[in-house]
Amino acid sequence: MSTSEMTREDVAAITLDEATTFIWREAEILDRQDYKAWLPLFTPDGLYVIPIERDTGDRAGELNIAYDDAEMRAMRVKRLKSGFSISSAPSARTVRTTSRFVIEQGKDNSAIVRCAQMLVEYKFERTRVVGADVTYRLVRGPEGLRMARKEVLLLNSDDPLWGVGYLF
Amino acid sequence: MDMPTGGAGYGDLVQDDRVHTALYKDPAIFDEEMERIFKNTWVWVAHASEVPRKNTFRKSYVGKQPVIVTRDKEEKVHVLLNRCRHRAATVCEKKAGKTSVFVCPYHGWSYNLDGKLRSVPHQAVYGEGFDKDEFPLVSLRTEEYNGMIFATFRDDIEPLEEFLGAARKWIDLFMKQGAGYPVKTLGEHQFRFPGNWKIQLENTTDAYHFPIVHKTFLDSLDAETENVFDVLGQGGWVEDLGNGHSLMVMIPDLVDLEENLDAPIPERFAELAEELRAEGHSDHEVRRIVRAVGGGGFNLNLFPNVACSMAFFRVLRPVSVDETEIRHIAIGMDGGPEAGNRMRMRLHEHFQGPMGFGSPDDAEGWERVQRGSSAGDDLWILVNRGKEPLVGHAAGSNVTDVSAETGMRAAYQQWKRMMSA
Repeated sequence: MSTSEMTREDVAAITLDEATTFIWREAEILDRQDYKAWLPLFTPDGLYVIPIERDTGDRAGELNIAYDDAEMRAMRVKRLKSGFSISSAPSARTVRTTSRFVIEQGKDNSAIVRCAQMLVEYKFERTRVVGADVTYRLVRGPEGLRMARKEVLLLNSDDPLWGVGYLF
Repeated sequence: MDMPTGGAGYGDLVQDDRVHTALYKDPAIFDEEMERIFKNTWVWVAHASEVPRKNTFRKSYVGKQPVIVTRDKEEKVHVLLNRCRHRAATVCEKKAGKTSVFVCPYHGWSYNLDGKLRSVPHQAVYGEGFDKDEFPLVSLRTEEYNGMIFATFRDDIEPLEEFLGAARKWIDLFMKQGAGYPVKTLGEHQFRFPGNWKIQLENTTDAYHFPIVHKTFLDSLDAETENVFDVLGQGGWVEDLGNGHSLMVMIPDLVDLEENLDAPIPERFAELAEELRAEGHSDHEVRRIVRAVGGGGFNLNLFPNVACSMAFFRVLRPVSVDETEIRHIAIGMDGGPEAGNRMRMRLHEHFQGPMGFGSPDDAEGWERVQRGSSAGDDLWILVNRGKEPLVGHAAGSNVTDVSAETGMRAAYQQWKRMMSA
């Protein structure tokens, strides 16, 4: 339904098509490592979380692989693009696909979108495949959809990983 | 250079100021290390808080051998080989947890947490001579110092405290991060790198790399904190503590976390201090907790596999000659204010782990060492920096510059003693 067809004043459902378009666009930005374009995809109070624990506990009260507010995200992007981090200069190349979308409408112009992500990483003659369940909380603002939260639960989150010089 | 084949020859590969590249590359040397080092000394297996109550356990390793660290129903700690006495299946594949029994999933033999064989299905078929007391899980000699649990295959080596020696004082100082509360583990980051275990062992008391490798971490700090992490510019030092152990003090002001409590609270902890005050902690408590939350000012490297590093335990596990697993275990206050522990976890995430601002660059550096070590046929690794003791340093007459490679020399001399014994 388009906005003009809305009858209730405050709820414009986020369609699956809008959500997948947004998530695919984000995936392409991350694979291009165009992190400056990635930062504004979050709301100012948005969180980017990569947990270790498999349960859906209180992420703030447990140790994570990453638990980034806006300040940490900005610093992370600065680090990855600085040229001074030997793990990301050069960084691994990545290609990711997202699929198996499930969408649940929330109140207040928001939706929870769960999807599967397959990421292939290549660096120094080595190719790795990383699977993940990704949960987005998308909100509709004046400039379109934004991430209020992105949580990437790696398939092997509680196993030994490796130095990661890019973003999931 | 021809690779020595006998044990005595390994000693030739370690000189006072250099070690041969074969130590990173030769699978035969790796196999010997697993026998001569990891089966002949105290190896760290867990922190006491990882088995916090009776009937709790966590998996670990002694060298390449899988073990289970348990606390039995009498609260006694055991380190048991993770192998059913019947046909060798592992009896525990869960990382950690609570149970009163391990049941082998293959034929159902069951064991108590002290290792005793409890029952065997259809036991009668074994005949009357079968004695369950003959087949407990194999138990290693286990001792604990200030919450750090170590195990060894050797019944006849010195007690743990003697092995730790001069390092004990520094373990005690390290545990002041509990701010008066017991220290407990808060979770861990795990990663592997394609390189030899000794490359990581060298890193923990190597301040020389810090401003280079960790430039992007330093750039992410506020000016006040960046000054604190000016590790080469604060009069720190490196010290050989004996038995392969070494100490690197990077921030002398943070050696004893119970001192200087009157100093101004750093800007980055102002919000935490406010939160703690609001919870009703006294000014003294707030200062003590805040100072502890920031972590200590030194790295203590304990040969062969664990370090107490600023604010966390760093554990290495040799997997193969060119693969090593690392655990960075966050620690905090058991029963202390949650806000303090949350801050410690955020600080840990900032530097440590697969996506921290520090660890990936360390891991990349270590991998580069392993890759580069394939170049050249008879080249040596230099550990010759800072051999002369500092004259007139407040910490004593046997200390070397903070950027000296004294810690590496200490570890390699212990390696030489054990590999040529």
